[in-house]
Amino acid sequence: MARQATDPIFGRLDWSVTPFDDFLAAPSIDEAVASAAAAAVPLGALAVIAVLTWKGLWGALWRDWLTTADHKRIGIMYIVLAGVMMLRAVAEGFVMRAHQVTALDGGVLSSEHFAQLFSTHGTIMIFFVATPLVTGLMNFAVPLQIGARDVAFPVLNQVSLALTASGAGLVMISLVIGQFGTGGWTMYPPYTSATFSPGPGVDYWVWAIGISGIGSTLAGLNIAVTIYKNRAPGMRFLRMPMFTWTALCTSIMMIYAFPALTVATAMMALDRTLGFHFFTNDLGGNMMQYANIFWMFGHPEVYIVVLPAYGVFSEVSSTFSAKRLYGYNSLVIATMAIAVISFTVWLHHFFTMGQGARVNAAFGIATMIIAVPTGVKVYDWMATMFRGRVRLSVPIIYLVGFFFLFVFGGLTGVVLANPTIDYQIHNSQFLVGHFHNVLIPGVIFGVLAGIHYWFPKAFGFRLHERTARVGACLWFAGFVFAFLPLYWLGLMGMPRRSATYDNPAFEPVMWVTAGGAAIVVAALGVTVWNFYASTRDRAALACPVGDPWDGRSLEWSVPAPPPAYNFYALPQVKSLDPWTIEKAEGAPYQPADAYEDIEMPRPTSLGVVIGGAAFAMGFAVTWWVWWLAGVSLAVIAGAVIARAFVQDTTRTIPAREVEAAHQKVLQQARQIRAVDRDDEIAPANLGHAAPEVPA
Amino acid sequence: MTDARAEMRRYAIGAILSAVLTLAAFWVVLADGVARGTALWIVGAAGVAQIAVQLRCFLHIGSASKREDLHLILFSALLAGLMIGGTIWIMTSLHGRMH
Ligand code: HEM
Ligand SMILES: [Cu+2]
Repeated sequence: MARQATDPIFGRLDWSVTPFDDFLAAPSIDEAVASAAAAAVPLGALAVIAVLTWKGLWGALWRDWLTTADHKRIGIMYIVLAGVMMLRAVAEGFVMRAHQVTALDGGVLSSEHFAQLFSTHGTIMIFFVATPLVTGLMNFAVPLQIGARDVAFPVLNQVSLALTASGAGLVMISLVIGQFGTGGWTMYPPYTSATFSPGPGVDYWVWAIGISGIGSTLAGLNIAVTIYKNRAPGMRFLRMPMFTWTALCTSIMMIYAFPALTVATAMMALDRTLGFHFFTNDLGGNMMQYANIFWMFGHPEVYIVVLPAYGVFSEVSSTFSAKRLYGYNSLVIATMAIAVISFTVWLHHFFTMGQGARVNAAFGIATMIIAVPTGVKVYDWMATMFRGRVRLSVPIIYLVGFFFLFVFGGLTGVVLANPTIDYQIHNSQFLVGHFHNVLIPGVIFGVLAGIHYWFPKAFGFRLHERTARVGACLWFAGFVFAFLPLYWLGLMGMPRRSATYDNPAFEPVMWVTAGGAAIVVAALGVTVWNFYASTRDRAALACPVGDPWDGRSLEWSVPAPPPAYNFYALPQVKSLDPWTIEKAEGAPYQPADAYEDIEMPRPTSLGVVIGGAAFAMGFAVTWWVWWLAGVSLAVIAGAVIARAFVQDTTRTIPAREVEAAHQKVLQQARQIRAVDRDDEIAPANLGHAAPEVPA
Repeated sequence: MTDARAEMRRYAIGAILSAVLTLAAFWVVLADGVARGTALWIVGAAGVAQIAVQLRCFLHIGSASKREDLHLILFSALLAGLMIGGTIWIMTSLHGRMH
């Protein structure tokens, strides 16, 4: 591609890049929606800045959060980032559904705008909602569960988060400056090649995904090494909590899957920016290779995000049934089986690309096989609850919702795994129904269960149970109305990604799905509101002792929130569910025999510097501002090198101080009344659990 | 001190070997007169050799390595085999049907 000459300072940026001038030139609902969305980004940023300044929180934000290397805070920041992105992506989903109500032979949005909506919605949901949500949960919970003081590489952890955040920032800024690509979340060439999509939109996608993908690879490495190397004494592999097992498998999958994505985006960047011909129509390019490489990442990705959700369900099914997890070993084996088999099925995303029937058959069979270990897990969770003392707490409501809905979504997946059927219904609303049916009841319900489960551990107070139950039920109902009708639409022949349709029979169904989407918006609203309301009422919800659910694994043995170094003395693990055993033997909350000096990483601004520079680099290449791209790259390299010369990277907390802190929390635990499970959601539950009979 | 120097030497050797193997691959493709089939094999061999160099010099994998390292290598080999083998199978099938 011959690139036209551009301004040396501003590249291809000029004053026409925002949607506002289009709106002023030709006002329409379509342009109004685009302008409103574009205005929301700077206004939201301004609001955040104003609140921070007004409350004088800049110093605390910088010291305690942005520069911290504490895995718990980094995990929380991952989840907050994902939450903000989710607000946008759910809003987009709702806008698409609202549009489709009007879309019989037309519709209020232009088809270009609709294409941007499903592209950003899908991209955000997968890369900036699902992935950071599970990464955040793993970051928060894994070191606590295995009795570690932090992850293996705390500073790298910060850098990983920063790279993910800079990718998210690129997607956000595309609302205001320029436009996002229209090739869907998969951005298949040749449509997205420089020939057919010359604008900056696809470049935004390439760099957002390229940068955040590297962050995810590094995050996976970090968590895997942490689990391999940082387990407390006695924590053998088969004594690890199930969530940690799923985190181990997910992080190993991240290490092997994300590089394929990095390769795909890098080749795409070379094609688009330097005129290479990997995926072009001419000169030896092969666009089918893109689909192949992309899905080598793409399929493992769906299990990367769902395995930790399975892990959460394992934890909550046993904790809230006051029973040992049924079939622990089978769950471990099933998790490992899924991790491996998920690398053998990627072709089911392009059954119709033209390869031979034999290839399709092999991948179709592999796809059906992968449903088996998940089935094993579902039975294990049900058996765990069977005859347990089940409390219908929020995480259990999500789990039961998952049982009904996810199993259904999994079954439609087995239907799609059959190539002959896939030829008929791929690329239809049936597929949209299927993947939302596994992603929402699987990943989103699982993560929401996990958030409600670990929130008190992270912040020292519970979330309002009743509000959260309303939220969970709304999620369930909203999902049913918003997505189950899509199966019918798909079977009746409505394609996915279509801005308009001409069959009047679809219209009433569109009203149903739009209504369902509105309920989902309400569910999200209730969930977010509950964070606010519970923070406001935190005094009545406090659980400082740290064990509000009568937990079983090590994270519940420390106060809430835990100290920066997690454990006053490293625990000695003798069995599965060590904390339950300790409580059952009647000797929890004991001082340690000896305390040691603890070395913890110092805060550093490396993440902020690298993340900021990566953001600038992605933006610069998108807009052909070459000098800025060069400067940003130099800053990244310089920061990494400079960091290597920093000598004083840790601070030491003297043993005396640790011992004093421990004495204080032990005393608090002794003074606070232990409550049994009948009072679990009463204000009396200050986090000191009266142990159940061990099971 | 000598330990650190030996370590340094190992990294240097690794870096140089990696660079040489990369340049060799480029050279084979750019040079006239190397048959296409031969060139592909040489590029492949240079790639595998570079993996070995990096495992040895940068990741310190050797005869004294632990079980975990072996697991890692075997698992990587399995996945690389699946991805590369699968790709070759899929792309040849596609190629064979493009008439
Ligand atoms: C919460 C309410 C949600 C609503 C109302 C919603 C709605 C939609 C709609 C209308 C589409 C376009 C369908 C089409 O192509 O015709 C879509 C696509 C998609 N959604 Fe959602 N969605 C929601 C949640 C999610 C979640 C939680 C995820 C993932 C974690 C997700 C992932 C995707 C993906 C990957 C696409 C495909 C984009 C593409 O075609 O490239 N969605 N969604
Ligand atoms: Cu798949």
